[in-house]
Amino acid sequence: MFLLSFLYLLLFVIPEGNLLFASRATESIMDNTNLLWLIPTLPFAGFLINGTLGRKLPRAAVSAIALLFTVLPALIVAKLWLILKADGAPLALQAVSRPWIAVSGFHVDFAFTVDHLTLIMLSIITGVGFLIHIYSVGYMAYEEGFWRFFAYLNLFMFFMLVLVLSSSFLLLFVGWEGVGLASYLLIGFYFTKDSAANAGKKAFIVNRIGDFGFLLAMFLLIAHFGSLDFNTVFSHAATTAAPFTAICLLLALGATGKSAQIPLYVWLPDAMEGPTPVSALIHAATMVTAGIYMVARCHVLFNLSPTALAVVACIGAATALLAATIGMVQNDIKRVLAYSTVSQLGYMFMACGVGAYSAGIFHVMTHAFFKALLFLAAGSVIHALGGEQDMRKMGALRKRIPITFWTMSAGVFAIAGFPFLSGFFSKDEILFQAFTAGTAVGKFAWAIGVFTAFLTSFYMFRLWFKTFFGASHVVEHNTHDHHAAHDSHGSHGVHESPLVMTAPLMILAVLAIIGGIVGVPTAFGGHNEFEHFLDPVLSSGHEVVAASSGTAIALSTVATLAFALGLGLAYQLYIRKPGTSREIAKKLQPIYSLLDHKYWVDEVYNFAIVGSLLNVSRIALSGIVDTGIVQGSIGLLSSGTGALASVTRRMQSGNIRSYAGWLALGAAAVIAITIFIH
Amino acid sequence: MNPDHSILTLLLLTPLVGAVVLALIPEREADIPGQSGSKIHAIGALVVTLLTFLFTLHLPAHFNYAAAPGSFQFEENYSWITSPAIRYHLGVDGLSMWLIVLAGFLAPIGVLASWNTIKQRSKLFYILFLLQQVAMLGIFVALDLFLYYGFWEFSLVPLTLLIATFGRTENRRRAAIKFFLYAFIPSAILLIAIIWLYVQTNTFQLNELHGMALAKAISPNSKAMLLCSIAFLVAFGVKVPIFPLHGWLQDAVSEAPTAAVMVLAGKLGLYSILRFSFGIFPDQSHYVAPLLIALGAVGIAYGSLIALIKTDLKKLAAFSTLAHASFVVLGIFTFTVAGLDGGVFQILNESLVGAAFFILLGLLYERYGTYELRDYGGLAARHPWMVTMFVIMTLAAVGLPMLNGFVGEFLILSGSMQSLIAHHILWTVVGTTGVIFGAGYMLWMIQRIFYGSLGHRPKEVTGWDLTAREHLELWPFAALFLVMGVASPLWMKAIDTFGAPTVDINTDITMNMSPRPATQPTFVDPTLASAALGKPAPTTDKGARY
Repeated sequence: MFLLSFLYLLLFVIPEGNLLFASRATESIMDNTNLLWLIPTLPFAGFLINGTLGRKLPRAAVSAIALLFTVLPALIVAKLWLILKADGAPLALQAVSRPWIAVSGFHVDFAFTVDHLTLIMLSIITGVGFLIHIYSVGYMAYEEGFWRFFAYLNLFMFFMLVLVLSSSFLLLFVGWEGVGLASYLLIGFYFTKDSAANAGKKAFIVNRIGDFGFLLAMFLLIAHFGSLDFNTVFSHAATTAAPFTAICLLLALGATGKSAQIPLYVWLPDAMEGPTPVSALIHAATMVTAGIYMVARCHVLFNLSPTALAVVACIGAATALLAATIGMVQNDIKRVLAYSTVSQLGYMFMACGVGAYSAGIFHVMTHAFFKALLFLAAGSVIHALGGEQDMRKMGALRKRIPITFWTMSAGVFAIAGFPFLSGFFSKDEILFQAFTAGTAVGKFAWAIGVFTAFLTSFYMFRLWFKTFFGASHVVEHNTHDHHAAHDSHGSHGVHESPLVMTAPLMILAVLAIIGGIVGVPTAFGGHNEFEHFLDPVLSSGHEVVAASSGTAIALSTVATLAFALGLGLAYQLYIRKPGTSREIAKKLQPIYSLLDHKYWVDEVYNFAIVGSLLNVSRIALSGIVDTGIVQGSIGLLSSGTGALASVTRRMQSGNIRSYAGWLALGAAAVIAITIFIH
Repeated sequence: MNPDHSILTLLLLTPLVGAVVLALIPEREADIPGQSGSKIHAIGALVVTLLTFLFTLHLPAHFNYAAAPGSFQFEENYSWITSPAIRYHLGVDGLSMWLIVLAGFLAPIGVLASWNTIKQRSKLFYILFLLQQVAMLGIFVALDLFLYYGFWEFSLVPLTLLIATFGRTENRRRAAIKFFLYAFIPSAILLIAIIWLYVQTNTFQLNELHGMALAKAISPNSKAMLLCSIAFLVAFGVKVPIFPLHGWLQDAVSEAPTAAVMVLAGKLGLYSILRFSFGIFPDQSHYVAPLLIALGAVGIAYGSLIALIKTDLKKLAAFSTLAHASFVVLGIFTFTVAGLDGGVFQILNESLVGAAFFILLGLLYERYGTYELRDYGGLAARHPWMVTMFVIMTLAAVGLPMLNGFVGEFLILSGSMQSLIAHHILWTVVGTTGVIFGAGYMLWMIQRIFYGSLGHRPKEVTGWDLTAREHLELWPFAALFLVMGVASPLWMKAIDTFGAPTVDINTDITMNMSPRPATQPTFVDPTLASAALGKPAPTTDKGARY
């Protein structure tokens, strides 16, 4: 029945014109718009097939279906690039179908748009998404619930594609909440583990706090613009007196939830409970960048509120720093990467906050390459060690899993900012834009950004050294399986992963190395093509000060120094004098403890917010108001009135005849009164 | 004979005759105590309710969307008693149509949900169930105040008896009495108000009263009229229940059998407010709107927060019902199109989600014999289908976009932001917190029942996954959640024929009462909106465009 209703819905959503006729003149246009509908619909079909039949299908069939319905959208996106190339003109495809919600005076349609910003996001999502699907076939090969995993993964792709394709706030919100759902299901994939179930729930609820802001922002937009359509709102923004600061701050609250920024970042580290490919796809490459995408998409509104922009920049800078400091002391390899993701998202937020939206999106792209790579490589390490995630039980792995080592090295160098790798260009662009923004906030953000670059380099090389160099701490013949689900691979000892896992690693490694060339700034002899490509969408809010290439090179040098310093420090602490780090930790016990406990933020949140809310509910609301006043009043009423009580006692005889009698008596009284009055 | 002119009577007669027929079939108790007796009454009730459902579908199939605003369709209007002038006057409009279909839809599912759980006195059970169905349909179609009051009072009897006789624990009598008192006392006052109104106007006809109210012909601005309107509102508000009139809810809900819980709260009271409070007392409703907006917003947060700490599943669901009904209260008293349309849509959602919720809880109880959340845990692996249905229901309840709950909640809250009623914007914020807390208690519940390690009750008892009958009960809900969430205009088209004119009337009142000018959104092209609703509009291009 679910399938049937879905088919019905498909008929409902697809515009009738497309089904019935297409006039010759508009035929090619029709084709293109149909393509837009297909992009998200295909993964959804994959979800439905695997979700309903997957339990009974063999694993090969499940993975074939999942891969097929992921590669097709990627091919369609490739076709869109061809259309763009053939046309020459900026791409602006639109597909409008029936209304989704419609009341007199307000309606929201099913409508998709593809412009250059969307095209970039589509390419990242389908490209990296497809690679991670391939990797998962190997990684999840021995897991229970293989079909469930791929069904959810396809569901995620569906919602993520809707998110970037939508041409209104509300449809974006559909994708926004939908990816949250997929994330909830995938984080809690090992649902018999309490920690996984908790993490999934936490992610959903914390994101809901952000969504609360997003919803309020939309209500304000409706109240002032009467529409949630991007075009309508943005084209009238300049001439409308709306509370833009409030709207933008509420939108930013939504973004802090999805993109794991202060104050709502706490869910992301816990989300590492999910299978590693999920961490790579959802919690590094795509979903968590939705907040950045949304802010960039709404840059017209944000540009109208300098206050909101400054807040966004400060949040981004603070998050980048905070998460990096925590990342320095984590021992779980995935946790380090999780805090690193939070920190890198901080950079992107910072970019948006200084009005450098295209630099933010550029970092979204390069980060998708190197962070997906890092997670998948970490997954390969974990896989090789039979489920071990603790870096203290690794070491000297470079010879034993060479492909993983070499590919992961590419990722480490890229994120740390090794010159001319992808991360170098995108991070530099952000720092450059912050520095030249001409505001105090910009300078401040730059300073924090450079310091964070140093920290980033340190904790990434710490991870690299601890995992691949030094003495081996690997527990051979893994008997202690703390990752129950990996039982089946434990017995083989340390081994390199199969090709189905290493091939995506190699492709991503290449991208992590060369992915930056599309955004080489003029100072290094490039043309910054990436930024120009986004110009039709993100025409910059502030006029970029024509800074000399001298400034650019000087700033790059500073950033490179930060990189070198971090590398040097990590080398000193973990290779040349292993053990010093423990001494330092002992000497700086309070600070180390603070970092190790992640600033006690979770504890404070639990105690101050969750705890007090539950106490208010238990004592004040349930105890005093509900039991005392609401319930008590009726008690008084019935016991206080003696006559009433005796009546009720007789009425509760349970005898149907007496009830009928009462009813008749009542009716008679009513009629008597009526006639009397008349 | 044109079926349009007798369909409503047919709708009322079908379950009534069904009840009489069931009464004539003798009951055969099971030979072994504890075993269920013959299923003949259940089968009979199923046939009758299915037939009724079939008849209700006549309404959307023949509904005239172009009818004049405020007019009724499928009308039947005969004189019944000449003095006082009581008429047998039935009719349907955009407000009641889908509610009637909803009532028709839920009834056979209610019968299925009682299939195995009602083991004794099943004859009485199904007779009461069908009588309750008559009363509910009567409430939705009656356009004569006196006739309406008859159905309204009558609906109390089967419900009270169902709770008192078929309640779960020893507490059932007390819960039934509480429910009855809560409902009966305000209803008695309602009767006085109706009679007072009759004395003033000499009519029980809703449309006449509505006309007089608009013409300000019924003792305008008098205290008595305001009191009268409050009597109406309180009587209806208790049945919703509107915070803080919900004292009866948790006991009644935890006692009542599933089929009775499905009709206990929500739609009857809310419909009555929309039909009678708004119809007869537009000025007075407007006057109390700021208070009701506040109560609605507080009810959302309050219900959700208490649900967060409840470990009795039925009580948790009761407070969730309070929160969902409060959304409707908040929406309709904003007197905006979005609020009203969304509110009426949310009545449908609330009933469907609530029904699915209680059915699912009933299935758990049937297997494990407890509603205590702490006894559960780790059931996901044992009941893969049940957890799927629970999660789908949860997602609908927490308002995930593309499922039905979202459309209602979104419209309601956005309406409250636009409302011209003098209210503090804070109430919108308070109401919106419901999306956070709602996710909180629902996901917490899912986790406690299904995830983690096996709880102690499931360790003692082995349950089984959904049976074919249970699949049949639940899949229609899942399908409806999805279709209503994606294709909401199918429903909204009719609802809007009620919502939009109601706002027009009340906007005039707003203009007269408050000096604040209307902040009409500037860029809304009315033709677009009307096209969106499927009304003819020449300028729009519905196809894809470049």
